[in-house]
Amino acid sequence: MNAVTEAVKLHDCRDAFTATLEAMAADDPRIVAVCNDSVGSSKLNQFRDRFPDRLVNVGIAEQNMIGVSAGLANGGKIPFVCGAACFLTGRGLEQIKADIAYSDANVKLVGISAGMAYGELGPTHHSTEDFAWIRAIPNIAVVAPCDNIETAAAIAFAAEYTGPIFLRLSRVGVPQLLPDDHRFELGKADTLRNGSDVTIIANGVLTHRALDAAELLAARGIEARVLNMATVRPIDEAAIVSAAEETGAILTCEEHTTFGGLGSAVAEVVVDMAPVPMKRLGVPGIFPPTGSENFLLDEFGMSPDGIAEAAARLMQRKA
Amino acid sequence: MTPQDLRAMANRIRRRDLQAVYEAGAGHIGGEMSVIDILTALYFDVLNVDPGNPLDPDRDRFVLSKGHTACALYVTLAEKGFIPKEEISTFLKPHSRLNGHPNRTKVPGVETNTGPLGHGLPVAVGMAAAAKLSNAAWQTYVVTGDGEMQEGSNWEAIMAAKQFKLDNLTLIIDHNRLQQGAKLAETNDIAPIAPKLEAFGWAVQEIDGHDMDQILKALSPETVVPGKPRGIIAHTHKGNGISFMSDNVAWHHKVPNAEQYKQAMAELEEAAQ
Repeated sequence: MNAVTEAVKLHDCRDAFTATLEAMAADDPRIVAVCNDSVGSSKLNQFRDRFPDRLVNVGIAEQNMIGVSAGLANGGKIPFVCGAACFLTGRGLEQIKADIAYSDANVKLVGISAGMAYGELGPTHHSTEDFAWIRAIPNIAVVAPCDNIETAAAIAFAAEYTGPIFLRLSRVGVPQLLPDDHRFELGKADTLRNGSDVTIIANGVLTHRALDAAELLAARGIEARVLNMATVRPIDEAAIVSAAEETGAILTCEEHTTFGGLGSAVAEVVVDMAPVPMKRLGVPGIFPPTGSENFLLDEFGMSPDGIAEAAARLMQRKA
Repeated sequence: MTPQDLRAMANRIRRRDLQAVYEAGAGHIGGEMSVIDILTALYFDVLNVDPGNPLDPDRDRFVLSKGHTACALYVTLAEKGFIPKEEISTFLKPHSRLNGHPNRTKVPGVETNTGPLGHGLPVAVGMAAAAKLSNAAWQTYVVTGDGEMQEGSNWEAIMAAKQFKLDNLTLIIDHNRLQQGAKLAETNDIAPIAPKLEAFGWAVQEIDGHDMDQILKALSPETVVPGKPRGIIAHTHKGNGISFMSDNVAWHHKVPNAEQYKQAMAELEEAAQ
């Protein structure tokens, strides 16, 4: 990319997560961290040093990790459960359904290195089904912050919020997009760029790419609205309907399979409430080939150029 | 309650459970009859729980991991005063809060929603860990089936309980030797269970799970070994108390016909004398 982008500082959102968690834990003895051996990859070393009793490490046992967290919540704790998103969600899915969501346990699930953050480690370590899996379960919120600021704000929100929530974090560096004083609101999209020709909806590591794509489109005379839709469930219906009515076309971008994720959630609202042409970018329903996360996102048409091109093509379908 | 009172209570719960399953036309009567003596001892002798304040932070926690025997739990909760006794007649009826597996968001006294097997013990480990973290005195008790111990998640929890030194946790395994369609021994024979728990560092007792004196003794504070979670292998009979159901795998979730119901009730009433 260009020289300006190269100069931008990139943030590992795990740092924002652990810094926020430690700050909250210092004030609230109910906050505990639960992990599956993943102290290092969840960046919990410092938390462990500061609050040794409050790091509940169950070992490599994800089903037990989720069940234990439900029990900790029953006992009055506020557990933040940290683990690689692929194992936390896939291995513990029935526990998430029965012990957390159905039981309405006040547990905060933090899926680390979600999407294709593990890159070359391959599809076993990718978590590109988690939106779909968790979104299909009642009574659990699904959130994918786009930068360090939104990560910290969403973690702080989760501690205050009573009820189950799944937060999906990456380890791949992203630029700061939101102002320092940004407050997270569940189920509310942020309009990061105004425009009336087309809307691009993204979250997680795709939001900054969507903004870059919008700049490329602007150079071609196309004004794209960009919505950062961190909350996948409950989805921001009003923002989607406004986007459909005011821009006439919606493009979604996500680090997730196109089956059942953000694009599907947006499409459900569009079909029911405001039908307009849509295109959903994501992992196209395959196990990705070998490559880094950024390589794979480009490969699946989600480079800024690829997103811009998809938006321009989508606009040709407008009535 | 005296042991004699507890035996009478267990008999009353068996009769109400039998009637509920008969009237609902569904239930898991075999496993209910095997676990009722344990439930009775817990709720009427051991557990510090208050129907008037079911979410008291200092209450003892009980988890029925074998959630399919929910009817026995509902009847016990009703006898204890958590829900109206009349409500048992709504078991499995449309919109009743008493469905086939217990739901904590609807039924006071239920701590976590069970049904899929292998869930209750991990949750109970978390409860006991929470009490340790808070330096709180309340205790956690969990009942699993024996077939259920084939679930790997239980062994994840068994390892963690020892690692965390949860001597405030008691696991009671309802060892009735039968699972849904066959004997444990013919399916995936995890017996003998006691040495396996001991190998994982638990303090283990083996008892007759229908002998009230043995149940009470096993659950008494004197049997707690500091630093070790407590495991009780309760040897039981599926369908216990009803001659034609006892140890008969056919009665996992079979429903008695009118004649069988009459005979079963007559046997339980006779035992009540």
